[in-house]
Amino acid sequence: MARYAVEVKNLNRTFTTKAVRGKSKKEIVKALNDVNLTINEGELFGLLGPNGAGKTTLIKILCTLLLPSSGEARVLGHDVHKDTNAIRQKINMVSGGETSGYGLLTVRENIWLFSQLYGIPSKEANRRIDMLMKELKLEHKKNSKVRTLSTGLRQKANMVRGFMTDPALIFLDEPTLGLDVNASRLIRDFIKNWIREKPSRTVLLTTHYMVEADELCDRVAIINDGRVLACDTPDNLKKLIHQDSVLKLEIRQVDNVTAFENIAGVRNFTHSNDMASGITRLKFILDDEAIVADIVAAVPKSGSKILSVQKTEPTLEDVFVALVGRGLTNHEV
Amino acid sequence: MKFEEFKKPTWFQMNLRAVWGRAYPRIIGVNRELSWVFFETVLPLLGVAAFVYIYKALEAPPQYIGYVIIGGAMTAYWMNVLWSMAAQMYWEKEIGNLELYLIAPISRMSVLGGMALGGMFSSSVRAISTIVVGIVIFGISLSLPDPLMFAGIFIFTMIALYGMGMMFASLYMLWGREAWHMSSLFTEPIYLVSGFYFPVKGFTTMLGNPGTWIAAGASIIPITLGLDGMRQCLYPGNTDGFLPLWLELAILMVLSVVFLFLAKYSLAYMENLGKREGRLTMRWQ
Repeated sequence: MARYAVEVKNLNRTFTTKAVRGKSKKEIVKALNDVNLTINEGELFGLLGPNGAGKTTLIKILCTLLLPSSGEARVLGHDVHKDTNAIRQKINMVSGGETSGYGLLTVRENIWLFSQLYGIPSKEANRRIDMLMKELKLEHKKNSKVRTLSTGLRQKANMVRGFMTDPALIFLDEPTLGLDVNASRLIRDFIKNWIREKPSRTVLLTTHYMVEADELCDRVAIINDGRVLACDTPDNLKKLIHQDSVLKLEIRQVDNVTAFENIAGVRNFTHSNDMASGITRLKFILDDEAIVADIVAAVPKSGSKILSVQKTEPTLEDVFVALVGRGLTNHEV
Repeated sequence: MKFEEFKKPTWFQMNLRAVWGRAYPRIIGVNRELSWVFFETVLPLLGVAAFVYIYKALEAPPQYIGYVIIGGAMTAYWMNVLWSMAAQMYWEKEIGNLELYLIAPISRMSVLGGMALGGMFSSSVRAISTIVVGIVIFGISLSLPDPLMFAGIFIFTMIALYGMGMMFASLYMLWGREAWHMSSLFTEPIYLVSGFYFPVKGFTTMLGNPGTWIAAGASIIPITLGLDGMRQCLYPGNTDGFLPLWLELAILMVLSVVFLFLAKYSLAYMENLGKREGRLTMRWQ
């Protein structure tokens, strides 16, 4: 029977902001509003939402750093309120932009220090550090002081720290925040490989990056203003919105496009000629995606050749905009 | 990636490793940044030297030079307790270490214990240097007829003092970001009332009964009686002691237990309050 790695029922969390003398009253902010969620063991689960949506608050409750105001949260079968020590033995956490550790120590020493908090014998800790550093291409920096590392290298060191305890459940809070393309890709590949190796391992990932969530996650929950708006696989989430499928073709320039005008299943067809480059651009809005082959077959009939094909489909970003009413970046600005 | 299984440590072993892990940066830091040794030993000696020359100019009894040197050595521990124990948890929160300590399956006391142990080591480097320089440059002579009593006084002074530092660490967290200013506030006044540069009995000599009450009040800070006791041990037969040695040792033992208990209690209280109000997770508070 599949076990839940995380089970959240009617979870609420409020914060009371401090009053500024003479200027404002204390304010109650609802960070989580009746959240219900389950994450299966072995799942790579994504939490997607803008800043202030409640992602980090939820993670902190599940990590036993915060208490819920009301409701219930269980991690690996343990209650976050009552069984904190049992949870702490099985979890770890890595946050994006994390600056933990001591600048005076080397990367290896810093990670070793944190391994000691989990009772890992030094020999095994050092073996794991070497192994993970190799995986994350950080070996060459193992004897460098932490304060000399770039953001990307520092984040890799944080990843080694978090994964070194081989947690049953790891919380990754924006792990690729501010990283370049290569470092982000390496970290994403690492996460995928890690969870693939052992079916019982679970990852809860929060991210701003839709592509990351789409690429990595088995299921995604979209959260905004402390509420979970939708939770499903990326594919199913995309099906929630009914967006046109668009097929764009670039073909060698033709003067006559009648071959494309009466294809069944095409709701709308437009074209334009780029005389300078000798290209004709065709755009089809499809009622039925099965007719792509018919369109492609019509190209030779028109006496031309395909130069490029592009089919656009709804993305998680489209789903997000449809559910939240704005994009992530709008909110950040 | 292959993670070897290892024998699960007992609760005690796990916390012992945590203590060692947290002490490590402070122990290794002494060797790694040799410039610190200079700044931590040579510069404070200048302050000590000023008092030494004043006593010399006043032709004070020779043991007074020793009193100043011992006081100067002990300032290392007091500064360490204020800045690297009491204020440290706040900085641990700011740099993001506190969260990682709190999600680890260990007693929070072992993190503070590691900080204390490492702090004691690094401060001892400065304290010993001060004593050595005092012997070499100022020619002080020390005798130790009762090393056991001296060891007892020193050890319980350390336990009580760092216990107090551990308690302050939690309180500073509760008081928020301005709390570390308390360290500045506690520096000079404590130098005065704890008798870092003169025996606390001097208050009685100068002010009579109110002076005795000042010294008694200052005895809540373990370093007051610790200093007085060590001075009595190293200069046997002097009449500058505030209380009998055995009583000072007994009070230091009681203070050790009280401060360690209060540290544990305030740490648990801080953690619980932090979890309820979000103070552990919100920076800049």
